[in-house]
Amino acid sequence: MTAEALDATGFAGPHGAKPKQLSWGRVGIYAFLVIAALFFLVPLYVMLVTSLKSMPEVREAHIFNLPREPTIQPWIDAMFNACTGRNCTGLSPGFWNSVKITVPSVIVSIIIASINGYALSFWKYKGAEFFFNLLVFGAFVPYQVVIYPIIIGMSKVHLFGTLPGIIIVHTIFGMPLLTILFRNFYSSLPIEIFKAARIDGAGFWQTFFKVMLPMSVPITVVAVILQVTGIWNDFLFGLVFAGTENIPMTLQLNNMVKTTQGTIQYDVNMAATMLTALVPLIIYFVSGKWFVRGIAAGAVKG
Amino acid sequence: MMKFTLATIAVATLLGGTAVKATDLEVIHWWTSPGESRAVNEFAKAFDNDGAGDHWVDNAIALGETARAAVMQRVAGGNPPGAAQFNPGRQYEELIKNNQLLDLTDLATKEGWDKIIRPATISDPCHIDGKWWCVPVNIHSNNWAWVSPAAFKTAGLEVPKTWDEYIADLPKLKDAGIIGFAAGGDGGGWQLNLAFGVIQTQDLGQANRDKLLKDKDQSIALGDGMKKAFTDFRTLKQYTDEGLPNRNWNDSTALVIQGKAALQIMGDWARGEFGAAGKVPDKDYVCWALPADHPLVTTSGDVIVFPKQGNPDVEAAQLRLASLLLSPKVQANFNNAKGSMPVRDDVDMSLADPCMLKGLSIIKDPANIQIDSNRWLTPDTQSAFNDLISQFWTDDSMTVEEAQQKYADILAAAQ
Amino acid sequence: MTDVATTAIAVEAPARRKRRIPYAAIIGTLPMIIVSFSVFFVAIIFVVIWSFTNSGMFPGFNFVGLAQYTRLWSTSLWQVAVNNIWFFGVMSLCVNLVFGFLLAVFMDQNIKHESVFRTIFLYPFSMSLVVTGLAWQWILDPNLGLQESIRNLGWTDFALAPLVHRETAIYGLVVAGIWQGSGVTMAIMLAGLRGVDQEVWKAAKIDGIPTWRTYLFIVIPMMRGALGTVLLLQLTGIVRTFDLVYAMTSGGPGIATQMPAMYVISFITVRLNVGQGMAAATMLLLPIALILIIRAIVTTVQARRRGINA
Repeated sequence: MTAEALDATGFAGPHGAKPKQLSWGRVGIYAFLVIAALFFLVPLYVMLVTSLKSMPEVREAHIFNLPREPTIQPWIDAMFNACTGRNCTGLSPGFWNSVKITVPSVIVSIIIASINGYALSFWKYKGAEFFFNLLVFGAFVPYQVVIYPIIIGMSKVHLFGTLPGIIIVHTIFGMPLLTILFRNFYSSLPIEIFKAARIDGAGFWQTFFKVMLPMSVPITVVAVILQVTGIWNDFLFGLVFAGTENIPMTLQLNNMVKTTQGTIQYDVNMAATMLTALVPLIIYFVSGKWFVRGIAAGAVKG
Repeated sequence: MMKFTLATIAVATLLGGTAVKATDLEVIHWWTSPGESRAVNEFAKAFDNDGAGDHWVDNAIALGETARAAVMQRVAGGNPPGAAQFNPGRQYEELIKNNQLLDLTDLATKEGWDKIIRPATISDPCHIDGKWWCVPVNIHSNNWAWVSPAAFKTAGLEVPKTWDEYIADLPKLKDAGIIGFAAGGDGGGWQLNLAFGVIQTQDLGQANRDKLLKDKDQSIALGDGMKKAFTDFRTLKQYTDEGLPNRNWNDSTALVIQGKAALQIMGDWARGEFGAAGKVPDKDYVCWALPADHPLVTTSGDVIVFPKQGNPDVEAAQLRLASLLLSPKVQANFNNAKGSMPVRDDVDMSLADPCMLKGLSIIKDPANIQIDSNRWLTPDTQSAFNDLISQFWTDDSMTVEEAQQKYADILAAAQ
Repeated sequence: MTDVATTAIAVEAPARRKRRIPYAAIIGTLPMIIVSFSVFFVAIIFVVIWSFTNSGMFPGFNFVGLAQYTRLWSTSLWQVAVNNIWFFGVMSLCVNLVFGFLLAVFMDQNIKHESVFRTIFLYPFSMSLVVTGLAWQWILDPNLGLQESIRNLGWTDFALAPLVHRETAIYGLVVAGIWQGSGVTMAIMLAGLRGVDQEVWKAAKIDGIPTWRTYLFIVIPMMRGALGTVLLLQLTGIVRTFDLVYAMTSGGPGIATQMPAMYVISFITVRLNVGQGMAAATMLLLPIALILIIRAIVTTVQARRRGINA
């Protein structure tokens, strides 16, 4: 299924329906698309303009109006000054925590998954399929089901609430999808490449590093996009496993927004929300087509 | 992965090395509102400046149930905080049972906690079978209503003298665009359950209320008193606003402070909000001790537990903090900021305002002390009541009889 | 020289590979072996075992039979949560599929600025569900959001604050979910549409079949792959619904938007009743079990049919 979706997601192909001239039908099509586009854009617009307003202006409740006196103070407050309890550090610690969690998690999970995919494609040993099937099954298990046993397991090895702990958790839950992804990719490569390497006397690791890895750039890009956005946007694992020193940005955002000191600072809250969404949004806008491939390939992950 | 583990060990060793000089003690609590933040600052300041060089590492987590859940997970995960806030009662029962808490008995005996903490009902939840497992830091009472004279003035009304007068004024307040009853629905509905508990005491009387919750008495649960409590509660609902779901307690209090709402039933920690907003009691706001005909003070409040750490340095810091929390000066500063009553009598409360004096005079007679429901109900049962009360509140199609039956069922299943 | 060497290895290699166990491959996939076995097998077994115990905060092995399940199904919180997931699931799935498909079809009409539209429809998917939930919570806020904004424009009795009413809160969740996820459906469906052979369209046109009928009865059945992907994506997402609700309504007003996944988390954290939480978690496994069973049946039926045809 994944391979199919992946291959089919190139947007270069010709259109299904025949072109027409401007007619009422065409107008209807554009009207529908524009209205739909408004539905998708309105929340972003509202958050953006609200985050640039001062609180008195927010209270007037004209959510669609442009700010009269635009100010970036809410953004600065959200990043550096907003309080959660006694800590008035804004989201910046959460930002760095998310970076600390995301970067190693992405690297570790992709390394492991690519080796898995490679081994499953070219080095099938007895039992490999069994473990792979378990992993595929794991792709469908709701996270909440296995969270408790993992808490217990993590505490047994003293990794609960630590940075390595949360990295391992992300690696575990990223593994099913990434493995499927890499396996499908390597399986689609011509077997001759592998045979040639073997004939040249290359072993398991040599073939992997010298031959397979350099060819894996496209799929790795997809995997990186999937993992970075997935891990950055994670909330549940951060909530349970990150520990207080590594609270990711999404979690800090939620804490910040739900704690009020006096009156609710909607402008700061919106700025904070936008800041948290910024990294995945940038990835989305920069990587465009690759992102589309990624989500199509990641369909199984949910 | 291996590398990261090694790195952590290296960092841990480094930290361990410096720990001899200064111990960082992480404290998890849910004191996040402005008034509460001022109060917890007193603890942190006192601990940081007591000369031992230790540091209070603040970990404020909004919402009691979220904070407690974090503590429990940390303990279950083998990474407990140095200290944690709980409400006195059964919330930390599992921690004691599973031998996860630092035994404070030696310190308590040395300092004579059982003599200085009054009344005894306050220390009972910490002093179990001769052993001390936690430190009570304040006495809070749930049984308060906070009234805004400005709101009544807007509606052209006098501030009512009795609860019944207040109920009679509700329609007029509504006509004037004032929120008659301020409440919030966050955290699984604990605010609603708290208000219901006060109304329940009012309608059942102290003796029957205790019988209901302590002995899980079915006939009371299904009786007329409870019927009246649910009916009264539904009346109040008609005078709330659309912003109620998800609202924090201090945002509800803010409505009273701003004169947008007439009254809120909330524990006396709300007083800290009025204080933080610079409001003067009896002028800008009025506090009523409830039940109206016979005011009672509940033994709610906060205790601090100290999860076991297995590190003598941390343990020493924990004991130092435990002792400090009870010292007269810290007790005075903390409770004055927070709006709660100190757990000892010999504290200088010259700063106490009329509301606190009212509470202190009620508490003089031990018969006026109401045991908090947390003492008898597990978090599981308490949450089930939160569910029921907030479901009843939002779902008008649930009849009073159905609600009573469900209430009785939860009690019957309670452990 | 080289020729001889390669030939020698080439001759030798197949024989050697058959006899030898590829230790390097086993070592390389050790993380997979450990994770798949311990997390997706052993851990799940423990979940099921603990669901038959009265474990409190810590897991224990004091078996109480089906007591946790009896309690589970007699608890209104769980009943509400199950009803909600059905309602939310069916609503989200239908609206998502229909809306996503319509978007894809309209996008497929040789429109100008296709990439602009695609960018707009898809960007919400890059955002986390927490961000989505918070954003929509504010837009639907009764005092500062859309409702008040439109009232300020003069339409004073305009009412649109679904989140604060028990009956409508779940629609608010559906809308936010659609906003976040229907772009993906569009993207996958569009890919599916483009995968359909041009000849099919030509043939349909020659036969005089109206466009809408071609889409409904010819094209849709041809894009089973895309449909399957979308369905799978949606279903697995729905079962684990947590972040969105947590950020947007926290399960309220009252208990009106509680979800099964929230029930599990609440019981293992706040309520300190692991036995009950594990019983609920076991229930969450049912949909996957169902999918696996259906898949097994389909495979057997297909295999049998192939057998008959042969």
